Amino acid sequence: MSVDPNHPDLSLEVAAADGEGLYTARPWQLIWWRFRKHRLALASLVFLIFAYTVAIFAEFVAPYSPTSIERLQTFVPPQVVRVWHDGAPHRPFIYELERTRDPVTARVTYVQNRENPIPLKFFVRGEDYKFWGIWRTDLHLFGLDDRRQKVNLLGTDSLGRDLFSRLVYGARVTLSAGLIGVLFAFVLGLFFGSISGYYGGFLDSSIQRLMEFIRSVPTIPLWMGLAAALPIEWDPLFVYVLITLILALIGWTHLARVVRGRFLSLRTEDYVMAARLAGASEYRVITKHMLPSMTSYIIAAMTLAVPEMILGETALSFLGLGLRPPVVSWGVLLQDAQNLRSISLAPWLLTPGLAVVTVVLAFNFLGDGLRDAADPYGH
Amino acid sequence: MLSFILRRTLWAIPTLIVVSFISFLIIQLPPGDYATAYAAELRNGGDYITEAQEEAIRTQLGLNDPVLLQYGRWIGNILFHGDFGQSFHWNAPVSDLIWDRLALTLLLSTLSLVFTWIIAIPIGVYSAQRQYSFLDYLFTVFGFLGKGIPDFLLALVLMWISFIWLNLDVGGLMSPQFEGQPLTWAKFVNILSHIWIPIVVLATGGAAGLIRVMRANMLDELGKPYVETAYAQGLSERQVVWRYPVRVALNPFISTVGWALPALFSGDVITAVVLNLPTTGPLLLQALKMQDMYLAGSFILILSVFTVIGTLISDILLAWSDPRIRYA
Repeated sequence: MSVDPNHPDLSLEVAAADGEGLYTARPWQLIWWRFRKHRLALASLVFLIFAYTVAIFAEFVAPYSPTSIERLQTFVPPQVVRVWHDGAPHRPFIYELERTRDPVTARVTYVQNRENPIPLKFFVRGEDYKFWGIWRTDLHLFGLDDRRQKVNLLGTDSLGRDLFSRLVYGARVTLSAGLIGVLFAFVLGLFFGSISGYYGGFLDSSIQRLMEFIRSVPTIPLWMGLAAALPIEWDPLFVYVLITLILALIGWTHLARVVRGRFLSLRTEDYVMAARLAGASEYRVITKHMLPSMTSYIIAAMTLAVPEMILGETALSFLGLGLRPPVVSWGVLLQDAQNLRSISLAPWLLTPGLAVVTVVLAFNFLGDGLRDAADPYGH
Repeated sequence: MLSFILRRTLWAIPTLIVVSFISFLIIQLPPGDYATAYAAELRNGGDYITEAQEEAIRTQLGLNDPVLLQYGRWIGNILFHGDFGQSFHWNAPVSDLIWDRLALTLLLSTLSLVFTWIIAIPIGVYSAQRQYSFLDYLFTVFGFLGKGIPDFLLALVLMWISFIWLNLDVGGLMSPQFEGQPLTWAKFVNILSHIWIPIVVLATGGAAGLIRVMRANMLDELGKPYVETAYAQGLSERQVVWRYPVRVALNPFISTVGWALPALFSGDVITAVVLNLPTTGPLLLQALKMQDMYLAGSFILILSVFTVIGTLISDILLAWSDPRIRYA
């Protein structure tokens, strides 16, 4: 069987198949082979990469600015992009919307004008924006040439702001808050967990008590208490950092528990003993010998911690104690959907909730897959 | 056994002290105090209030004293007189405001816990018995969904669905016409038609996790020799499963009662805000926003005390039900 050595994927496949490669494969290769078998986790990984890419290029992907108000287009229902017009295929387009009022209830309704398809264009010039706050441009991924009509894939809110654009911008805040929160939690958890697991004894039991204590306090009331302490007039960016810090202050215990458990079991391994006998310092034993062998576990635990952070941010912002407008996050967007009246009037305001659920599920699946793959030498 | 209970109880005391101090500190954290918030509210309403008047309010309420002194006064009154202080905003003793709501929160949490178990135990057992069957996959999906949906979102969606399709009037604990009426059959039914949403919402998240735990434990137990022995002796599947492995697999349910409580209280806060229930949630939220410090602090304190007690009880229950871990 001939193998093209320049095709890494193929050679891995063969190496994995003929057994010999299995013994010489590096740990990360083994982890990857195992992870790949977990279809759902793989799909989640792809989805999350997609979501984060969209969030990174939010200004470009979103057709409009998240704050541009359109007085005459409030509560526009989601528009469907069609490819079939007048019994014949057509390039992607939407129908023109006409604003009318219900003669009985005086409620604003929108009627599609089936005569007039407006083609959806890609890479159009639209509203000005500063990409990542640096380059000034007006290029958008998609949009309409017609300036009076707007394409609202997910409809608009009470001020006529495009929900799709807001969702895309909100993704940037919410998704990054999850990662940054986990990063803080990771630093705290790694620090306390490694000390606790490595030294044991009194330090261990007092850190254990501290963790038990934090776990025994109802999270949301505590989060609310801390978040309510942030003054409204502070800079939104600063509040954002503090909120993630608050989420991390309570969320680190889970990571610390994982780290501690691993440390306790690794402490008695022969190679750790060998390193210590060879005269390595405590710091070196921990960072060079013990931590690398638990990286995969830590990554899995971190992945499972992200959704908690995202849910926390969403819940706090939803209650009005977390991020506040004009910052756009998914929790802030859901504030608009707080009461029955607005949901029954405009159910599409719940789509940010759908986004939260999908991302949280994807992180859970990914974390499960990683956890199964984390120990490539087991079984 | 007695010494174990004693030791655990003694451990709870320092925890409670720390809990109370932290609840108090949280209240102190925001810049400004109730006097500032009160003055701002008056000014918004068009009233005029001078700096001196503001200062007078502050002195009158003892807000200028050192934090430790304020804390000591607060906790002392609670311990010796059962007095949680005065709610500034409601101008009423905190105790008058909170007990009804706390009782309802406890009731809701307990009902949800029971409901969680009613769902989780049979489903977990079934999923383990018929591993990889269609229903097992279905419950797995349900489990992941339950973990992924935020409480408030589930509450909103259920509220919307029952409003649109079931034509129920939702939100609140009962329909307005029953407020303040004596308890009748009609009122009871009306409350039931309202209360199922929060119970389902609160139970879903916990049930999702417990189903997984129950299933995993059952799978471990089902393969053990004693199960085979029971089968060999001719017992039916139902007798075998429910009499032996289920009892072992139930341990995590007992040991996690303590953790279920904080989760339920947390969930209750948000769910209650969405559904406009007269539980602790909405009042706590309002108190925090108003910096009504004694009210908010008392809420956080009492909720935390409940959880500490809950953990204690579940530890003791666990030691009672499983002698292997008693002296660990």
